[in-house]
Amino acid sequence: MFSNKILKTALAAAMLVSGANALAQKGETVKLAYIDALSGLMGPVGQNQVKSFQFFAEKFNKTNPAGVKFEIIAIDNKLSPAESLNALKSAIDQGVRYVMQGNGSSVALAMSDAVSKHNDRNPGKEVVYLNYSAVDPDLTNSKCSYWHFRFDADTSMKMEALTTFMKDQPDVKKVFLLNQNYTHGQQVAKYAKELLARKRPDVQIVGEDLHPLAQVRDFAPYVAKIKASGADTVITGNWGSDLALLIKSANESGYTGKFFTYYTGVSGTPTALGANGAGKVFQVSYNHYNMGGQMQKWQDEFKARFNDDFYTGSVIHIYSMLGQAMANAKSTDPVKVAAAMEGLKVNSFNGEIEMRKTDHQLQQPLFISVWQKADAKYPYSPENTGYTLAPVKTYESYVSSTPTSCQMKRPG
Amino acid sequence: MDQILINLLNGLSSGLLLFMLSSGLTLIFSMMGVLNFAHASFYMLGAYVAYSLVGVIGFWPALILAPIVVGGIGAGFERFALRRVHKFGHVAELLITFGASYVILELVQLIWGRTAVVFTPPPSLQGSAFTIIQHPLQGLSLMWGGAPAELCAAAACSNFPMTRFFLMGVALLMLLALWMLLTRTRVGLVIQAALTHPHMVESLGHNVPAVLMLVFGSGCALAALAGVIGGFTFVTEPSMAVIVGSIIFVVVVVGGVGSLAGAFVGSILIGLLQTLPLTIDGSVATFLNHLGLNVGPETFGFALMKLSMAQVAPILPYLLMVLILIFRPKGLLGTRED
Repeated sequence: MFSNKILKTALAAAMLVSGANALAQKGETVKLAYIDALSGLMGPVGQNQVKSFQFFAEKFNKTNPAGVKFEIIAIDNKLSPAESLNALKSAIDQGVRYVMQGNGSSVALAMSDAVSKHNDRNPGKEVVYLNYSAVDPDLTNSKCSYWHFRFDADTSMKMEALTTFMKDQPDVKKVFLLNQNYTHGQQVAKYAKELLARKRPDVQIVGEDLHPLAQVRDFAPYVAKIKASGADTVITGNWGSDLALLIKSANESGYTGKFFTYYTGVSGTPTALGANGAGKVFQVSYNHYNMGGQMQKWQDEFKARFNDDFYTGSVIHIYSMLGQAMANAKSTDPVKVAAAMEGLKVNSFNGEIEMRKTDHQLQQPLFISVWQKADAKYPYSPENTGYTLAPVKTYESYVSSTPTSCQMKRPG
Repeated sequence: MDQILINLLNGLSSGLLLFMLSSGLTLIFSMMGVLNFAHASFYMLGAYVAYSLVGVIGFWPALILAPIVVGGIGAGFERFALRRVHKFGHVAELLITFGASYVILELVQLIWGRTAVVFTPPPSLQGSAFTIIQHPLQGLSLMWGGAPAELCAAAACSNFPMTRFFLMGVALLMLLALWMLLTRTRVGLVIQAALTHPHMVESLGHNVPAVLMLVFGSGCALAALAGVIGGFTFVTEPSMAVIVGSIIFVVVVVGGVGSLAGAFVGSILIGLLQTLPLTIDGSVATFLNHLGLNVGPETFGFALMKLSMAQVAPILPYLLMVLILIFRPKGLLGTRED
């Protein structure tokens, strides 16, 4: 009799707990810290992304399956690894358990390392690092971390797609590699050389240069060098002002070669391109300006509200994945959510995406797009230039996927 | 050949921009003995003030008015801040200009924001000033404006942008005007006399403090003019002062502190030194190998020797400054003997 009573209470308690669990995360506020450059030459990119994160927080707060509220805390890291670690600390002190950073792989490597160390030393206060655009392959290979999740496609994937596309471009004969002198730029140059040697051994690399990140105001000497080398094509992983000013200088000096880029759609570059780049500037990315469907509606709404262009598509990936993972884990606890995100598949704007379990690299389709006049078929015009990035080729996830050497240490 | 020409022009134009800045700095120093740390801040202020004025009064009036406004601010700074601390000696003067540079930077960020503003030149300054055409048959030729595409398909064309051409023109005009002012006018004679014998000039009935204020104000106005042109040729953003700030001190030290001719030579030298090495791929190692020495990975110091000229380019001006300070402390054309 007595034992029966205990059993009943225990059962009731267990049911109560599990019932409470099912609803535990509902209505909770999830703070996401955005740590990136909000000042300086790369400031406009960061400002745009903060707006993107806030805009889509509004959208996903209504629709996410976990029923949680996302809240963005933006901190300026001045593009410096040291400042970022201070920012990380201040975010953690404010109770943030999800940090996001992406502009600058040099910063990303420091962040990933700092987050891993923090989690080792502070069990029960774990932090998850959501990387929306730092594309150094090391982050998911030799330096991979369980707490780091990448929602962009890394340089090996992008260069794989870009060089596959270049296979069918017989007029590409002489290539110049101009990149920023830090991990990302060096990796772009390295993979470009490797993959071109494999897929287009006839292509000649006529020059290679690395310039300081976010410091060059005058690209005229570099453009003069490119012209002198006789290159018909430039491959560059430059972003922000480093791409906008490069293209501006190239236009001013009358350079007519092609550009194969990662970040043509990003703040400042469309304006610098204008009519001069039409048909000559290509971009490899996991999104473009004419995706159609719901994405197009969001894109137009974003433009109407901020008079700015939405280009960081991984923002949507992050909210979709986080919402689904929190619903599956029935919790907002980073440890459970991280486990739930491993191998998770969701549908996003560019098709089905999967967070690969072995290295936490998002598997997703990639697009090659070209700068051309906006028309009825591809109407969206970034920075009101009258031009757009029109898709020319799509590479499905299984094509763009690249192997990993990650030996991940999992907690527990 | 056409590439060498374009590289030289690029170097010359950035050198001339530096000259517009360093001429004011060196004038102020030779008159007042003050190294004006805020000089580059007035350069930035010029760009931002012009950017704001363009929307109200149009580009060309703004190009004239912005330097006048900034010159006025500079003169006010001299009158109400610098002159007051003068009696406490050079360190106080140095510190107050140092402090001013930070105040101006923060003010600029408060007013215009922390990111770059879009400062575009008027249509008349867009496009190409001239095109250098290297034709395989007809050789080298020069053509005003942009060259037609069909001509460039057969030959190598290098366009020189109008903004840089304008920059060079303004700087050369400024050089001429400054030189005329200092040597051919009464004001110039008083300034020159006040450089060396301020007490004598004062005894003769000239208002030396007013002359100092005038020199400081004009120096700032010249910097602002450089700022307007630099602002639309390159980028207008809050760190533009820091970037040129260190390099104009190099110019002044290399050219000789207090010498206008020295500032000119120094500017051109540093301008060329900043741009030409960027276009060279060779390194010390390849050079030594050309000489027949076998330099390879096992040679001592190969890690340093294999750095290409393009990679070490940013430190070359500073290296030159250190060498000048060691071997010719008064600078290339300096006259000071202390």
